[in-house]
Amino acid sequence: MPNILDATDLNFLLYDLLDIEATLTATGHDRAIADAILTTAERLAEDMFQPFAAKADAQEPSFDGTHVHLIPETEAALTAYAQAGFPAAGFAEADGGMGLPYLLCQAAAGWFTAANVGFAAYPFLALAAGNLLAEYGTEAQKAAYLTPIIEGRYFGTMCLSEPQAGSSLADIRTRAEPQDDGSYRLFGNKMWISGGAHEMGENIIHLVLAKVPGGPAGTKGISLFIVPKFLEDGTLNDVHLAGLNHKMGYRGTTNCALNFGEQGGAVGYLIGEENRGLSVMFHMMNEARIGVGQGASVLGVSGYLHAVEYARERTQGRAVDNRDPASPMVPIIEHADVRRQLMQARSYAEGSLALCLYAASLVDRLRAGEDGVELLLAILTPVVKSWPSEFALRANDIAIQIHGGYGYTRDYPVERLYRDNRLNPIHEGTKGVQGMDLLGRKVVQDGGAPLRALAQEIMVTLGTADAFPQERDQLGALLQRVGAVTAGMAAQAASDPKAYLANATIYLDMLGHVVMAWMWLRQAIAAQGHSDPGFAQGKTATMRYFFRYELPATGPQLDLLESMDRTCLDADTDWF
Amino acid sequence: MKVLVPVKRVIDYNVKVRVKADGSGVDLANVKMSMNPFDEIAVEEAIRLREKGAAEEIVVVSIGVKQSQETLRTALAMGADRAILINAADDVHTDIEPLAVAKLLAAVVAEEQPGLVIAGKQAIDNDMNATGQMLSALLGWSQATFASELAIEGDNAVVTREVDGGLQTIKVKMPAIVTVDLRLNEPRYASLPNIMKAKKKPLEEKTPADYGVDVSPRLSVVKTSEPPERAAGVMVSSVEELVGKLKNEAGVI
Ligand SMILES: Cc1cc2nc3c(=O)[nH]c(=O)nc-3n(C[C@H](O)[C@H](O)[C@H](O)COP(=O)(O)OP(=O)(O)OC[C@H]3O[C@@H](n4cnc5c(N)ncnc54)[C@H](O)[C@@H]3O)c2cc1C
Ligand SMILES: Cc1cc2nc3c(=O)[nH]c(=O)nc-3n(C[C@H](O)[C@H](O)[C@H](O)COP(=O)(O)OP(=O)(O)OC[C@H]3O[C@@H](n4cnc5c(N)ncnc54)[C@H](O)[C@@H]3O)c2cc1C
Repeated sequence: MPNILDATDLNFLLYDLLDIEATLTATGHDRAIADAILTTAERLAEDMFQPFAAKADAQEPSFDGTHVHLIPETEAALTAYAQAGFPAAGFAEADGGMGLPYLLCQAAAGWFTAANVGFAAYPFLALAAGNLLAEYGTEAQKAAYLTPIIEGRYFGTMCLSEPQAGSSLADIRTRAEPQDDGSYRLFGNKMWISGGAHEMGENIIHLVLAKVPGGPAGTKGISLFIVPKFLEDGTLNDVHLAGLNHKMGYRGTTNCALNFGEQGGAVGYLIGEENRGLSVMFHMMNEARIGVGQGASVLGVSGYLHAVEYARERTQGRAVDNRDPASPMVPIIEHADVRRQLMQARSYAEGSLALCLYAASLVDRLRAGEDGVELLLAILTPVVKSWPSEFALRANDIAIQIHGGYGYTRDYPVERLYRDNRLNPIHEGTKGVQGMDLLGRKVVQDGGAPLRALAQEIMVTLGTADAFPQERDQLGALLQRVGAVTAGMAAQAASDPKAYLANATIYLDMLGHVVMAWMWLRQAIAAQGHSDPGFAQGKTATMRYFFRYELPATGPQLDLLESMDRTCLDADTDWF
Repeated sequence: MKVLVPVKRVIDYNVKVRVKADGSGVDLANVKMSMNPFDEIAVEEAIRLREKGAAEEIVVVSIGVKQSQETLRTALAMGADRAILINAADDVHTDIEPLAVAKLLAAVVAEEQPGLVIAGKQAIDNDMNATGQMLSALLGWSQATFASELAIEGDNAVVTREVDGGLQTIKVKMPAIVTVDLRLNEPRYASLPNIMKAKKKPLEEKTPADYGVDVSPRLSVVKTSEPPERAAGVMVSSVEELVGKLKNEAGVI
């Protein structure tokens, strides 16, 4: 069963592609420590997470009106995870953490996510809440809520969405009434809250977006609050589970409609300043979005690995030039079309993982104060969130296809991996929202500086790509065209914003493929010195596949963008 | 009391083993390696003895290639106190035979004077099941193999052994050698804080020459081959047919 991740590939990405060793040394760690941590992550994922992934999916959490029921394996896995010290890994030593590089933490997280994403969500939500508290909490708030999160005792949630306000956060209605003692009382309904109710750990720290009455309209009037499930005196806060949502995937994670303030107001404490809540939240959201891309990637990788194993074991048919019906059937991996599918799935899944880990390495470089990295992250974050969410998901679809009819049943894990991964294009900003962030904000930011920074990085790679002249020239020419088309579009952005933004998703698709081609070229280059020649050949072949079969899709996309196509924009809503 | 635990770096239990094309052995290049699972159980048991106050110090020793350091670090991260690496091979494909390993361990025992040696019952790479027994013979110490329970009572180790058809409990005088079986305990994970601490624990590097032991092989591998593939089964329609087949085709009844 394992097929969680491929440790050889992960090591290649970390050490050969991304030179994590430099980051380790700079932060006072070394390879032996990193390897040992990843080994513990792998073992835990194999022994404690993966074995109940299918059961957690089949027996989703239930609510009897008073208690939420999870299968018992959940708590056991959580205890093992906390005892191994993972909750503290990424936090600063000053806060009681271990100060490990973000890239290493993301790689370790990859094992847990790929093994059992519906469970891994609980510790990762605690981590996200902790990160926000570490960055913006007061010392007192950190002592009260961050320390127990680092110790693995408290959990967390992010309460943004409401029934009437998902993409449109400006329209949230939850309100926070200031009190004389400096605290607030919250009233309102939140929707879709992952991990919003369960009975693990000692407390759940809800981080809630709400509006203070009298503040500015829209996003400028949103503030952020800590709303603990249990108050300091141990009494229950005024937060109530209205019901659990029944989902397609991620079924191990409770997904909650939460009511705040049914009985006089939920006690909340302001984080940062009033009316600055969304900018605080979005600061954290950038890392969360890298996390979404990474989650999508590793689910795709796991599906791909299952497909490879299946294709080696399943026999069916014979070679096309073999006319002897008495000869034994061959493993389906012998069929060119099955290898085509594997190649496609691999290019999507492994490419996505490379991209997300690269983004994680940028976060480490940003923390180390390196110039220019912020621009790179700005332009890449929407791509990192969206491309894997769409294409690593396709790798899961292909994995089902390679399993034939068996892939369509619950006896094999590939259909679950697909259902789990289907969330990723929806949450943390839908794909449409990411496209608008990219074209509406990032591309025009600072006179186009982010895109220039990206182009420069790609040029650096092209300068080292002499071993692959054809691909080097293909990507070089494409990059020039992207620059020209983008400049043409940007010139019309102000005069015709509707047509400009109507093309945002196509632009995201196009830039995603360009970035992915770059990632594959980098991998092929980095793999050249690999101790296993077969490994280098596999990476090179997958790179070639991507350049030949996938990258040409950008041609027609750039044609549409160049002409600022209006087909969809001009479509009348009555025609549907 | 000091406890000595030998640990071996072996092919990971999840890796699908592939025989080298020339039949000289198993392909270990670029293959994931880990601590022999039985040795993990031995390390865990030693840590539990220390936690119970029955042991003071745990010394782990590995004999093999330089990369066995990683295996020792794992043992240190689990909770062992210090490590000795005996660098006995350069090529990952070189397997040091049980007799040479036992002689080296005997020399380490002479130096360290442990009250107890806890070893895995066998290594999962070539399943020899010999090192503990040979060490016992070389030292003239008692041995208790295949342990599924271990308790220290005064100068004795009380060991429940997994034997064919059941369990046998024996009492051996210490110093003694105990080799452990699968059901003795569930080894702990190396936790992150302990991985950090392990970095600062001492790891001493030695060579077989330091102990005056010759590790050159006494056995030669004639051939290594994959186990034969299991033939497809047949469905029988009646008990009579089954009995007939067992009698006439298989010749087993
Ligand atoms: C399993 C799951 C877990 C979740 N966990 C959490 C959580 O922990 N905390 C939390 O706060 N939220 C959570 N969410 C909510 C999630 O973030 C929202 O579902 C998401 O933001 C989309 O909002 P919505 O569902 O209201 O869809 P809508 O906003 O109604 O979107 C519907 C469609 O319209 C499109 N659309 C909407 N507005 C625009 C626009 N202006 N321009 C173009 N297209 C537009 C979208 O792209 C989408 O395709 C979760 C959701 C799910 C399904
Ligand atoms: C819900 C469901 C309902 C069904 N209902 C029926 C029914 O009512 N009656 C019935 O008879 N069957 C039925 N089937 C079976 C269905 O027709 C088979 O699943 C389908 O033909 C594929 O066969 P397989 O599952 O054995 O996959 P395989 O044939 O093992 O295929 C696995 C993969 O290998 C590829 N492959 C296989 N051979 C080759 C080759 N020579 N060259 C290239 N690629 C190859 C396939 O394209 C596929 O991607 C049903 C299946 C399902 C899932």
